[in-house]
Amino acid sequence: MKKIHFSEWGIDSPRYWGMLAVLGSIVAIAGGAVYYMEHNGHWVTGMTNQVVWGIPHVFAIFLIVAASGALNIASIGTAFGKKAYKPLGRLSALLAITLLAGGLAVLVLDLGQPGRLLVAMTHYNFKSIFAWNIYLYTGFFAIVAVYIWFMMDRRMKAWYKPIGIFAFVWRLLLTTGTGSIFGFLVARQGYDAAILAPMFVIMSFAYGLAVYLLVLMFAFKADGRELGATLLKRLKNLLGVFVAAVLYFTLVYHLANLYGTENHAYEAFILKDGGIYTLLFWGGWVLVGGLIPLGIIYHPGLGNTRGGIVAAATLVILGGFATVYVIVIGGQAFPMAMFPGKTIIASGFFDGVNGQPMLYAPSLPEFLLGLGGVALVLLLTFIGIRMLRFLPATLSDEVADPHHAKP
Amino acid sequence: MSRTEQQGRRVFLKKTATAAAVAIAPGVMLHALPAAAAPRVEAVSGKIRWGMLIDASKCADGCSDCVTACDKENGLDLVDMPAGAEEALWERQRPRWIRQVKLKDNLSGKITNLPMMCQHCEKPPCVDVCPTGASFRRADGIVMVDRHICIGCRYCMMACPYKARSFIHAEVAEKLTHTPRGKGCVESCNLCVHRLDNGESTTACQDACKHQAIVFGDLNDPESAVSRALKKYPSVQIRADLKLNTGIRYSNV
Repeated sequence: MKKIHFSEWGIDSPRYWGMLAVLGSIVAIAGGAVYYMEHNGHWVTGMTNQVVWGIPHVFAIFLIVAASGALNIASIGTAFGKKAYKPLGRLSALLAITLLAGGLAVLVLDLGQPGRLLVAMTHYNFKSIFAWNIYLYTGFFAIVAVYIWFMMDRRMKAWYKPIGIFAFVWRLLLTTGTGSIFGFLVARQGYDAAILAPMFVIMSFAYGLAVYLLVLMFAFKADGRELGATLLKRLKNLLGVFVAAVLYFTLVYHLANLYGTENHAYEAFILKDGGIYTLLFWGGWVLVGGLIPLGIIYHPGLGNTRGGIVAAATLVILGGFATVYVIVIGGQAFPMAMFPGKTIIASGFFDGVNGQPMLYAPSLPEFLLGLGGVALVLLLTFIGIRMLRFLPATLSDEVADPHHAKP
Repeated sequence: MSRTEQQGRRVFLKKTATAAAVAIAPGVMLHALPAAAAPRVEAVSGKIRWGMLIDASKCADGCSDCVTACDKENGLDLVDMPAGAEEALWERQRPRWIRQVKLKDNLSGKITNLPMMCQHCEKPPCVDVCPTGASFRRADGIVMVDRHICIGCRYCMMACPYKARSFIHAEVAEKLTHTPRGKGCVESCNLCVHRLDNGESTTACQDACKHQAIVFGDLNDPESAVSRALKKYPSVQIRADLKLNTGIRYSNV
């Protein structure tokens, strides 16, 4: 394995600035949407007193989960000492920061009182997993920033591995915290399950790697860097393992629910009669986000083409959004079991009359806010790789593959 | 300086002082009055625990007097639908502190009516999850929201097993002094805390219920009407499986 050189992203200036302008415009439109929603109040959104978290939370949670997953590539190189992954570490850490920034921006801008962010920084209730998450998220920024510094600064080489291990442990805690936002909720049938925390961790592995693969392939193609087939094959096989693991956790989560009679109504709602939620579960979560990418990745022909890998990673991301939608919105749409053995036949506050689910129709501004978060991630990432040396000059098999046989 | 001029200045100063006093005094008075009316020098204590017993068999089908009374008492009737809002959606977004629920037993078909509101848990999940501590439980058992530090994250609404909370989805033009509310915060039934803190001992819903379905009082006082009623009649907690020790109990559900 040869010495790795890193360099700034070398695409043409007009192309670079053009991309920044497009992404900046999307962010600006999202800013307009935020102003519209905050100025009027949440009545202009589809969110209600029944479905209190909507599309912004789907985007925010997806991005936050993907953020910790994107760091995995760096962790495999540092904490687990896999040489082939070391050159990939810088971009991995950068993406971890930008994805988290995008996700948090969406989350914070959807607050009823975003101006009170300072209150959230000065008043803590440590029994709240949200309060812990504030520390886990801000800590993540700091730790990963130091991690990048130590990766780039040869004088800090001695500390490179310890900080890598620390960052890996921290990211596990962070995703556990994100999964526990739902796992700790005793009130709702779809949540209140410890498995949600590790399931979120494994989801993060898959989504983070899918995002990483797409950004890496795009960035390399854009300025003509070489990306070796062996390395790409390793990454796509790893994606396959993660996607399969998500399906495994999905299976266990639903099997555990199906065993207990008290959860049958919820399972019937998600798996069978839930309309959009059933469609998104089978079509999005299982098929688009699971089985189809697995089929592509392990297909002897397709799996080895760049187009196949791009398709698989894209589908994992789309399926990931569907997954988070089913968890966040589906979990709220299912009526709470307040009166077991009884049916609510009339209510002055939409309590799921005759078992009907809560209605939620996402509005355009909510979508725009979410898309703004995604655009912000790409904007920050592109600026990052343009300004600093995040990208290896080449990842050709000769350079990146430690087992590469010399011709 | 001549004497007349000096006198003129004195008169001027005198007049100014009087005018200032007249202008400022009402403000001073306004500021001082409530303190004189109700000297709240002592913090609420755990000696009292406010609670309710609701007799569902007395709760009449089609009656919504408690809801109307609560809306009026807490200014919820002042929350107008914003211009341009879609009515069906707004109905799902407008705040409600108490609501009428009609149940049918799956086995027997027995119909029950009851009011649902914040159950004022001893161990409230909404308080557990609130990141800033805005959702809190007073020593006297009332669970409420500190609107100064509520950031509007709605996590408490996700956590409440009774769907008791409302988010303020729109600007509120008119509000009551004792129940201020602002866009972007969460709120719920506070057992008419402003009444209790001013020495009253009833809630608006209880006063409005002509069927006497609601008995309110101090659960810690064995002689209170609510304690005596709880001793006399079998009662349940909604979602007793969560072991939240609710302050609101129901009989004949």
